[in-house]
Formats: sequence, structure tokens, C-alpha cells
Amino acid sequence: MTDASTSAKGDLKLSHLTKSYGDFNAVDDLSLTIPEGSFFALLGPSGCGKTTTLRMIAGLEEPTSGTLHIGTTDITDMKPYRRPVNTVFQNYALFPHLTIFENIAFGLRRRGISDVNEQVNKVLDLVELPHLAQRKPTQLSGGQQQRIAVARAIVNRPALLLLDEPLGALDLKLRRQMQIELKWIQTEIGLTFVHVTHDQEEAMTMADTIAVMNEGKIEQMGTPADLYDNPKTAFVANFLGQSNLIEGTIVGSDGDSHVVDCFGQKVQVQKNRSVAKDSSVLFGIRPEKIRIHPSTETHSGCLLTGGHISDVSYIGVSTQYQVEMPWGQELMVFEQNDDGIPPLAKGDAVNLTWESVFSFALDGNQDATAGSEVSPDEEE
Amino acid sequence: MAAIAPAKAIRSVTSLRKKVATPYFLLLPGLLWLLLFFVSPILTTLSMSTKTVKADSGSFDQTYVQNYHWANYWDFLVESRPQFIRSFLYAGLATILALAIAYPLAYAIAFKSGRWKNVLLVLVVAPYFCSFILRTMAWKQILSQDNFIFKALQSLHLVDSSVQLTSNAVAVVVGLAYNFLPFMTLPLYSSLERIDPRTLEASGDLYANGFTTFRKVTVPLSMPGVVAGTLLTFIPAAGDFVNTEILGNSNTTMIGSVIQAQFNETRNYPKASALSFILMITILVMVLTYVRKAGTEDLV
Repeated sequence: MTDASTSAKGDLKLSHLTKSYGDFNAVDDLSLTIPEGSFFALLGPSGCGKTTTLRMIAGLEEPTSGTLHIGTTDITDMKPYRRPVNTVFQNYALFPHLTIFENIAFGLRRRGISDVNEQVNKVLDLVELPHLAQRKPTQLSGGQQQRIAVARAIVNRPALLLLDEPLGALDLKLRRQMQIELKWIQTEIGLTFVHVTHDQEEAMTMADTIAVMNEGKIEQMGTPADLYDNPKTAFVANFLGQSNLIEGTIVGSDGDSHVVDCFGQKVQVQKNRSVAKDSSVLFGIRPEKIRIHPSTETHSGCLLTGGHISDVSYIGVSTQYQVEMPWGQELMVFEQNDDGIPPLAKGDAVNLTWESVFSFALDGNQDATAGSEVSPDEEE
Repeated sequence: MAAIAPAKAIRSVTSLRKKVATPYFLLLPGLLWLLLFFVSPILTTLSMSTKTVKADSGSFDQTYVQNYHWANYWDFLVESRPQFIRSFLYAGLATILALAIAYPLAYAIAFKSGRWKNVLLVLVVAPYFCSFILRTMAWKQILSQDNFIFKALQSLHLVDSSVQLTSNAVAVVVGLAYNFLPFMTLPLYSSLERIDPRTLEASGDLYANGFTTFRKVTVPLSMPGVVAGTLLTFIPAAGDFVNTEILGNSNTTMIGSVIQAQFNETRNYPKASALSFILMITILVMVLTYVRKAGTEDLV
């Protein structure tokens, strides 16, 4: 075999990739490089273009414009069956008429590999299901089918493994377990994994690098920790975890911090954690970074005063508060239940404090609620 | 408590009995129907098949004597062997022809028709709102020498006026294939339509080109439709007499015509009954063998 299904190796490079349906750009001038051997996640809500991007990489959709390369090989116009790419489909798409063994052997047989038995058994051992080789897919549980779908793809040792919402059909507990297993398999065999998901927790658990997609474009790309701690847009701040974003204006400077006026109260944000373009900003702070205090106490650090607790949810490890601020906005506060102090009550007057290193500032000329109204469990 | 408990138990037993009885009760009309219109004619026919015609009964209505003459079967089988062979040959050819026409048709409707799917399905069935006989007569017209098909072939010098497109074996097979086409198309469509398109994408993703995907995934997954369609075509085609009567000639007689003639014209009921039984049993054996093979994927 001289085609690229075995020879192409290297980074996956997407250049100005666009997919249009009429006037609508499902994927809009997307350029990115996925390094060889990495676990890469495309994260975004339904209809953000992540699945279309994946299908273009697999060859199941044709790009309207732009190019795809693996290493130096151009795969843009290559038929799917010639690409060194295998996919784990949503709902697995196992062949119902073939045994598990033959399902896994399918790709090997098509390429005329000689030691089919040995390779299939090896990968069945890897997913710990060698005893199911002679069963039919319908006789397997969802979790088992999932693992067979992974086995059927990785047995071919593709340059690239694509996972399309692979865990969407599993229940929560099994999903957590499969996340760990997939990560382990990826490390074990060292293939490049490109994982498409709408579940931010899933992406953060598994991926080395996450690209957050919205409306056909990449909003931000980075490690899970980087995206969470340094969101660059309101969409990322809201979609990855939760954020409190308060409209404010930069009114001055204090050493290496900006002083921001939020509805008459002064707060600080470090200059290197600000991506503001002008003085208009969205001042951001994650709910779990905030400490909540009865208004009778005084505290140092960054401070917002005059809040009233409008809702309390006690959820065991933590207590979640909704605090209504004087300007009418409700802020979220997650307080760990680790201090033995009983939770505050609804209606209590409170002040909020935090360490100034945790706050960030975004460009003020955007919708502060972007990405927050998307339900994370929404199906494609 | 002690007094209530047995009463409850009795009630639950009667309600249980009712539950068990319900399905049988629901089956009753169907069973009666089958008994009246299937089992009893079968038994009558079986009994008739071993009778002999009373010689010189004198009147137009024949009289028959039940003398358990099982040799009827062998005698009539030998006598009508050419018609039997022809029936299965024509039915087999018509089934293959119908499959060849229906598979691409069903495939196109299932995978490529988009919003025209329902319209196309109606079009497949639409001709069958019209009578079987009329449609077959229409074919006689279509294939006649006055029609455009013949004239077109004639102008291309492919046929001359000595050739008949109708009144021959080809016309009979074509007529059979045409008349049973929906019985082939609809089961094929329904099994093709059930195929998850993602399994086809998965096949492409796993290094199978279009043709290999068709051979290794589409065809095996459509086998239930192929089996159902071929049975629904072959069985009625093997017993058919309308197509050969209208589109054939005296050398294309099928077993159905013989049975029909024996019942309605010659009034040799024993012969007609014995031939019917031979036909039924042969078809049954063929179908069972076929379904067995299809079940074990030997046909793929």
C-alpha cells in the first residue's frame, strides 16, 4: 500500500477551513495546528461547527474552501477510505451483522494486513473485552460497544483518531470511567486524538489542549487550566465553568493593576490579566474564588459591598449563594463547607471579597451573557 | 384478615385466568377464518387429489370415486413435468429480473430521494390500484407491433415484421417481473431504509471504498429485504397463469394454467387437486431450503 493511509505522519494542520451552507458558514475560516501525539478537544455548544470540522477531517464532508494537511501530505481532496484517519462515531456505528472480532478486523482486512488475528486480539486485550470476540454488537452494553468502537478505530494505528461525542450515550458514572480509560489508551498507544464534545468537564478531564468553538470560529485555545483561569472572551468565561462578569470602567492605575469602577465601587485587576481594548471592561471573577462575609465584619483585599443573599443552595461539599448587588445584578458565590460555620441565610446582608490575583478583565464591548444560556447537556 | 385473604386469592386467580384467556379470545376470529377458508379447503383438496374420475358418468358433471389412488401424484407429475419446470424457471428468472430492477430503485428511494421519498413510494404502488388483468393486457398492447416500442426497434433495424415481441417466453417473464415488482421493492426499501447511514460512513472511514462498502455492509444488512422480496415474488409467480395466458403462447404454459384448465374446463378435479398439492409442497421445500441458507448467510 502506497497511499496515505499508512504513510502520512505528523501534525494535523487546518488552514482557512470553511464550510458554507448557502449564506451560513458552519465553519468560518478556521486555522489551527494539532501537534502529533496530543489529546486535542474541540469544545462548543450545539451548532458551533465542531462536528462539521471533525467530519471534514474524516473526509465525510467536503470543505467549501481551505486545506487540510497531515505532516506534509495534503489530505483535502482525499477520499475518506484513503485517509490515515479513523473515527469513533457518536452511537458507535458498529456493524450489526458482524461479530465483534470481524468489526475490529474490518479495517485491517480492507488494507490486506496479514496478521489480523494477532492484532485484533491485542486490541481486544487493550480494551479488556477479549471474551466478547464472537458476540454481535446488539448483545453488548453501551459501555462495551463504546470500547469496541474505540478498538475498531485504534487497531488501524491511524495518524489521527477522531472521537465524535464518544461518551454522549453513556450514563454519568460510566462516562467518568471511560474518560479515564480513553486518556489511558491515548497515553498507552501515543496516537493523536481529536475529541469533539459539548461537555466542558469531559474536555477538561481528557484533553491536553482545548479549542473552544463558537459560531464556526475558535474563541480561544489553550490548556484546560489556562482557559479556565485566563478566559479571553465572555463566551469562554461563561461556557467553561461559570463566571461573574460585571460591567465596569478603568479609571486609573495602581502599580501593575488597573483600578476598575463597577457601579461606584472600586476593584482591582492585574494588568497582565486584562484583555480590555479600551477603558470599558467586563470585570470577571469565578464564583469559587469569592469569600462571603456578613456585612458587619470588615475585610481586606478586593471588596464589593452592599449585597443581599437572594438564594442559598446547600449541596454538601459546598454552598452556592446568589447575591443581589445594589445595582440589581445577581452574583454567584460557591463557598466550601470546610470551616464549620453554618451557611448564611437568605436575606442576609453580605460583603464579597477575593484575592486580587484571581480577577480578570475582558473587553467591555461584548455580550456579558454569551455562552451562559447554553445548556451543557444539550444534544447535537 | 383471615377471611379476606382467601377471597382476594380467588379473585386474583380468576383475573389471572382471564389474563391467560384474553390472547386466545382475541385469536378466535382469525382462527375460525383460517379453519373455514384454509384448513377445510386444504383437506377437501387433499381428499379430492386421490380420487379418480368415474368412467362414462354420462352427464357433463363428472363424478369422482375415492379409491385412495396415490399414484395420481406420480402420474400427473410426470405428465405435467414440462409445465412444472417451466413454472419454476420463469418464476426464478422473473424473480432475478425483479430483484435487478427493484434493488437500485429501492436503494435510490431509501438513500438518495430526499423529500421525494414518499412521492416515489406512492409511484411504485400506484399502478397496482388498477386490476392485475388490465395491467397485463396493457403489456400486450405495449409490446404489440402497432406500438412505439416495436416501431422504434424496427426503425433501428433490430426487428422486422416477422418478429413478435409478445406471445413468447420473454414477454411472460417480463410480465411476471413487472406484476410482482412492488412485492420486491417495498421489503427491499424497508430494510435498506433501516440501515444506519453512520455504519456506511464507518465503513468508508475503515478503508472500504464505495463498492466494498456496498458489498460488505449494505448488501448483508439488506438481506432480510432480499429474502422477503424474493419470496413474495417467487411464490405467486410460480403459481401464476394470467401472464402466460395473456403474454404467452401454447409453448409457454405454466403449471398454473394447467391447474386452472383442469378445474374450470376439463373438470378433472382430482388431477387439478393433485397438481396443486405438488406445487404447494415443492414451493414449501424450496422456500424452507432458501430461508435456511439465507439465515446462515450462505447467500451473501
